[in-house]
Amino acid sequence: MAQAPALPRGFELPLEPRLPRVGSVDQVAVEERAGMLARRSIKRESKLFALDLAVRMTDLTTLEGADTPGKIAALAAKAVRPDPADATVPSVAAVCVYPNLVPFAREKVDGTGVKVASVATAFPAGQSPTDIKVEDARRAAEAGADEIDMVIDRGAFLSGNYAKVYEEVRLVKEAVGDAHLKVILETGELGTYDNVRRASLLAIAGGADFIKTSTGKIQPAATLPVTLVMLEAVRDVHDETGRKVGVKPAGGIRQAKQAVQHLVLVHETLGTEWLTPDLFRFGASTLLNDVLLQIRKEKTGRYQSPDYFTLD
Amino acid sequence: MTEIERKQYRSPVPSAFEYAPAPEARDIVSLDERYGLFIGGEFVEARSGEYHASVSPASEEPLAEVAYAGAEDVDLAVGAARDAFENGWSDLPAGERAKYLFRIARVLQERAREFAVLESLDGGKPIRESRDVDLPLAAAHFFYYAGWADKLEYAFPNRSPRPVGVAGQVIPWNFPLLMLAWKVAPALAAGNTVVLKPAETTPLTALLFCDVLRQAELPPGVVNIVTGDGRTGAELVKHPRIDKVAFTGSTEVGKEIQRAVAGTPKKLTLELGGKAANVIFDDAPLDQAVEGIVNGIYFNQGHVCCAGSRLLVQESIYEPVIAKLKRRMATLRVGDPLDKNTDIGAINSKAQLDKIAELVRAGEEEGAEVYQPPCRLPERGWWFAPTVFTNVAQSYRIAQEEIFGPVLSVLTFRTPDEAVEKANNTAYGLSAGVWTEKGSRILSMAQRLRAGVVWANTYNRFDPSAPFGGYKESGFGREGGLHGLEPYLDFEGKADTFGG
Repeated sequence: MAQAPALPRGFELPLEPRLPRVGSVDQVAVEERAGMLARRSIKRESKLFALDLAVRMTDLTTLEGADTPGKIAALAAKAVRPDPADATVPSVAAVCVYPNLVPFAREKVDGTGVKVASVATAFPAGQSPTDIKVEDARRAAEAGADEIDMVIDRGAFLSGNYAKVYEEVRLVKEAVGDAHLKVILETGELGTYDNVRRASLLAIAGGADFIKTSTGKIQPAATLPVTLVMLEAVRDVHDETGRKVGVKPAGGIRQAKQAVQHLVLVHETLGTEWLTPDLFRFGASTLLNDVLLQIRKEKTGRYQSPDYFTLD
Repeated sequence: MTEIERKQYRSPVPSAFEYAPAPEARDIVSLDERYGLFIGGEFVEARSGEYHASVSPASEEPLAEVAYAGAEDVDLAVGAARDAFENGWSDLPAGERAKYLFRIARVLQERAREFAVLESLDGGKPIRESRDVDLPLAAAHFFYYAGWADKLEYAFPNRSPRPVGVAGQVIPWNFPLLMLAWKVAPALAAGNTVVLKPAETTPLTALLFCDVLRQAELPPGVVNIVTGDGRTGAELVKHPRIDKVAFTGSTEVGKEIQRAVAGTPKKLTLELGGKAANVIFDDAPLDQAVEGIVNGIYFNQGHVCCAGSRLLVQESIYEPVIAKLKRRMATLRVGDPLDKNTDIGAINSKAQLDKIAELVRAGEEEGAEVYQPPCRLPERGWWFAPTVFTNVAQSYRIAQEEIFGPVLSVLTFRTPDEAVEKANNTAYGLSAGVWTEKGSRILSMAQRLRAGVVWANTYNRFDPSAPFGGYKESGFGREGGLHGLEPYLDFEGKADTFGG
């Protein structure tokens, strides 16, 4: 799929040489495709497979001003052992917290395989000077975060200052060293699917390991068509460069059914290769319990009361 | 699965995301063993005495015995329709006619699942399509034309519209119930009565529709259904007491009908074959265009007269489009039409399968490059894997003839002029697709393409308010919209603009 990068004005910056053409997205068609995939009927073994995978892909998240070390401890315990009554239920992928709380989370999950993710770069608005945002990310990584979830500067993006967006991603990537970088596009503020695609490619060019839909603080957050547009951008980058970038829908995914629909999207867009926590994550706080409830239902044939699942 | 089995269910989580079977239950449909002909509001035995089984193309299992009407049967049906026309229906206040149509539409909606399952059983199309496309659209057509029934004077001002009389309608097997709706709804709205012949291989939804007519308490004889094969159709078309012939089907049969009707006062509309060009410009949103290509040709196994069977891709994006298309084809799920996850169902008949296979062979012999994604086809039934031909020359049979199967021929172009020239260089002219981000180009292409329908950045999208029909060997006359009423009306002293 050799295509010279045909970049519109404003894109004059050191993008990777073989970035796919930016291209465009048709709103009606992309929503129709997402809607069609959402109606796939996933039953029995395949449902159990998807639910199990959804647990392993979850970034269990708490991003409240009221978060305390105690709250983080509870969250970490849940992350490691989501369903104490069923040993076959795996741990989640990571806990996602504010930078101040990284050390507490680190201590609780060390040695369990569960990762610590931290939001950074003046989350959620990103309206701070670049050097402060970079420093924020560096400190979070130094405090022990394996993964950094940064936000892009939407003000810069929407005013056409793509170079600033790109440069910030690049600087943060440099600052966090070995930590995995997830770049939050905050698609709810971007307005069009064309912009989602453009921001995805910018973030990837800047060095993102993952692109993530939302902070969870803005509605609409993760929707199926938005995730589909991002998956398609990731697919084009892979075709062009061989580079594998992950995708993380976050915010608004509360039910197991929505998680399964997202997995169908991944499966039929990027294939089995992307059905791993290394390349796909869910950012969620309330999703996990619904998934656990559904797993129990698939295994026993009965719905349990939500009282049997812990609120953490 | 019983309660006990569920308790014991402890199978390990599989390693790949294989979708478990998700079949739609078929027990909602109960079929008689044998169906007569629906004449004068009753099912009657066929005087011809001839009965044949209607078979499920996915399993080759016989579903029910269906009568093949002979000349005498057709005569009875036309007589019943004539009688109903002259003694009541045409004099009924238009608002009353509308009520019947509204009732039919509502009953169709209420019984949508039953009809969808039967449509997939008898015709082989995926339940996803009969559920999401055929049934909603069929009901929408009745709703739409119900609205026109008492507004004909306003639809055709100063032209004194009046019904034509008895309409003889012959419909194809690709959208059995939907084509019935396209034919019956405007005919009744305009005040005509109908004798309809469903296709030989897919008569069952039309027969179940008779039950809807009874539920709606439509007066006897207003709609008569005579099942059978081409002979029945021929008897109907040449019957002297019908006033209007409407046919959807192959160009070959369309020509025969036109010959049979020539020299008679019968009005005629024909909706025939197609070989539509789907034109992709280099500024199109590629992933969505690929979806449109897939929907254009693999929808309903390619058994669509307006299918986008010729793909015209601008040369500068040829490689990415083909790569994306092939990858997308590999995710198409071929199999049990009743499985809710099936994208491509069974080929409607053995004869059609042979025809598709023959043309695909011709394509290979002519030198085109064939690609089929790996897929496991069921052993019983009639199946054909989604197929794409690249390196196709305009002169190849696969670029000229209608295949009516899941087979796409890819050609390239360099400039818009060349695209128009290639797209129009066909005996047909039913539909076309244009994919570009540029609004002005959409408009100029739509003007220059010789096709009855031009879709922009979408494909195979239908609406009862949009007229549908062809140029050249794709037929004449329009169905749908205001235009769709005209062939079913006579006007005071003026020549018609359509379907004269």
